[in-house]
Amino acid sequence: MDLRLYLLQRLSALVMAPLVIGHIAVMIYAVQGGLSASEILSRTQGSIGWALFYGLFVLAVSVHAAIGLRVIAGEWLGFRRGYLAATMWISGLVLLAMGMRAVWAVTAGGVS
Amino acid sequence: MAADQMTVSVWRGGPGGGDFKDYAVPRFDNQTVLDVVAWIQQETDPTLSYRFACRVGMCGSCGMVVNGVPRWTCRTHVQRVLEANRIEIAPLRNLPVIKDLAVDMDPFFEKWIAAEGRFHASKSRRDDVQEVVPDTEERAAVDAGIECINCSVCYAACDTVAGNPDFLGPAALNRAWTLFNDVKNDGREAILDAVSHSGGCHSCHSMGNCSQHCPNDLNPMQAIAGLKRATVRRALGGR
Repeated sequence: MDLRLYLLQRLSALVMAPLVIGHIAVMIYAVQGGLSASEILSRTQGSIGWALFYGLFVLAVSVHAAIGLRVIAGEWLGFRRGYLAATMWISGLVLLAMGMRAVWAVTAGGVS
Repeated sequence: MAADQMTVSVWRGGPGGGDFKDYAVPRFDNQTVLDVVAWIQQETDPTLSYRFACRVGMCGSCGMVVNGVPRWTCRTHVQRVLEANRIEIAPLRNLPVIKDLAVDMDPFFEKWIAAEGRFHASKSRRDDVQEVVPDTEERAAVDAGIECINCSVCYAACDTVAGNPDFLGPAALNRAWTLFNDVKNDGREAILDAVSHSGGCHSCHSMGNCSQHCPNDLNPMQAIAGLKRATVRRALGGR
């Protein structure tokens, strides 16, 4: 791992830390008195705030996890150069696409 | 004096592979693992290859894996490592075997060079001698890591080297860190460049096997953390 990826992974961790705390705090708050899909959607649908919150979360997770998977692929599977880059970009883009699709679904209601 | 005997299992082979072979070796008081290897070579099997020089923990030649743990064998007493009257001795990990217990140290030293672990003179013979103030933070960092004897025990202990052959390893990075902090050395930027590439200090997972196993009680993990801080500080525009 070079300095650039090292910095990106630390930066994405810095972004994730408060978002994880916010996510868990809202979960604890939201499950008081039962939990339903309609309750969640009533909070998130049409909310630009939640779209930005989870959009940023997904972006940070995609960057962080992709760099981590790249390291694991190198050290445990012996991947080098092109395969390492492919592991990082494919895993990062898949996570980004799946995550953003979910964020879109619960905020804009585009997919359901 | 007819002493008690122990079983010593020694790895025999070469680059193509090998296996452990058992030897019966007499037990003596104050016997080191290097004494055991020397006894086998002198008394039982003259074809056994191993490497040593000073026998007093200064030269860094006699590193071997004893009962699965990398150690300097000249300063490792048999009584400390004997388990069920057996010792297993293997060549250092993470380096190519030449024969039996002798490994090829070239990759280890090539990485010292790759990490800019070489002196970059800041003055010529025509300049005054550089003053070295002992109680600065930088000099304390140098002093903490300067007693490395290049034995490669940390390199053999490092799981990151095992998983990533490009990783420069604890010894080379420790050397880079001591030079980085040395007022007599002029290559600070070159060092930070050298350790910022793929395989540089950022590949370290801080597992600490190097610091755990260093026979001189150095802390290469801390040195690597220092390099990480210095490279990040520079990348963010600081000094």
